[in-house]
Amino acid sequence: MSHDHDHTDPPSDLELRVKALESLLLEKGLVKQDALNAIIETYEHQVGPKNGVHVVAKAWSDLSFKQALLADGTATVADLGYVGRQGEHLTVVENTSDIHNLVVCTLCSCYPWTLLGLPPVWYKSAPYRARAVSEPRAVLSEFGTVLPEHTDIRVWDSTSEMRYLVLPERPFGTEGWSESQLQALVTRNSMIGVELVRHSGGGSNERRP
Amino acid sequence: MNGGHDLGGRQGFGSVNAEPESEEPLFHAEWERRIFALTLATGMLGQWNIDESRHARERQHPGDYLMHSYYENWLVGLEKLLAEKDLVGRIEQDAQCFQVPDAPAARKILRTGGPTLLPDSTQPRFRSGDRVRVARCQRSGHTRAPTYVQGASGTVVDHHGTHIYPDQNATGQRAGEHLYCVRFEGTELWGSESSSQSVYVDLWEPYLEEIC
Repeated sequence: MSHDHDHTDPPSDLELRVKALESLLLEKGLVKQDALNAIIETYEHQVGPKNGVHVVAKAWSDLSFKQALLADGTATVADLGYVGRQGEHLTVVENTSDIHNLVVCTLCSCYPWTLLGLPPVWYKSAPYRARAVSEPRAVLSEFGTVLPEHTDIRVWDSTSEMRYLVLPERPFGTEGWSESQLQALVTRNSMIGVELVRHSGGGSNERRP
Repeated sequence: MNGGHDLGGRQGFGSVNAEPESEEPLFHAEWERRIFALTLATGMLGQWNIDESRHARERQHPGDYLMHSYYENWLVGLEKLLAEKDLVGRIEQDAQCFQVPDAPAARKILRTGGPTLLPDSTQPRFRSGDRVRVARCQRSGHTRAPTYVQGASGTVVDHHGTHIYPDQNATGQRAGEHLYCVRFEGTELWGSESSSQSVYVDLWEPYLEEIC
């Protein structure tokens, strides 16, 4: 949430607690400053949704890649260099005109870091974790996503170290687009499954009659 | 344990209220950035595994867990693990007792991750298409069998192989069990109104019972 931060405010209890903990751990030699910086730099600048965007646009452009991705997500994204923490095991689930997939972790916040980076606040929040499994249509509507009544909604609860990525449906009206043009359409939220991929020219991937 | 973290199907939390994707910062305060890095860096000392770390966050009064922000629960978990494992005391006794990663080592650990797949040592009890029921169980320790599927019947749709079993791993004992993906119909979990929706949950063999 954006707010105007007054930098003359005294630090909060949490800031002080974390600062005290960090000072202690550095002083005792239990962590190194350069390692802390490397960890932050990795997730602020290297690992993020652009990795997932690359995978999705490639799957839309290259049928054999898509088939490999759906058959063995882990190995197929590893070939692109997407390996590491919170992406050790991967299953990719495909949205079609009849099936819509949605990913959640009801027990904590498991999320495919290697492809999407760190999860957004809402993904880790109690309302999403509680309701995605029981009332997915209501949750989707809060993201502006309203699906036909007959759509088969499949919710993936990430209870193991298997991570799930949604392969969204390619929007109509993008035939002949290059991979980089397609990349510009793919959102992080569509790869979690709370949104459809749309393109302003054609409106959206409305169901073909 | 089914503490404040075991949220699937719980009511009363209100709407999701997502920030727009394009406007959300990765961290919402500097202390969040710091506790994130500290949690990962201390985890790299190898003194606890991911399930112990999850369990440390879960072992709170449910009211506290739910009132805390996400990274506040990380802070609570890390403070608990550091105290329980006496890391400060141990390094004061012996400055060389831990291998403390520098930046290149930390990057390497992030890239390696922690795969949980193990070689099969037993035959899987179930196969795709089998009907199974999740055993009802009040486990006092860490578990990844969410309350909302306990007692419910579903269909095995995949066998992921043998994976590290979290219930045991959280006690510091590494053991493998077969892991399955099980599909539950919405109507089975939530009643007749919830048709055309289903939930897929990854569940280890000890959680599951055969339906004859």
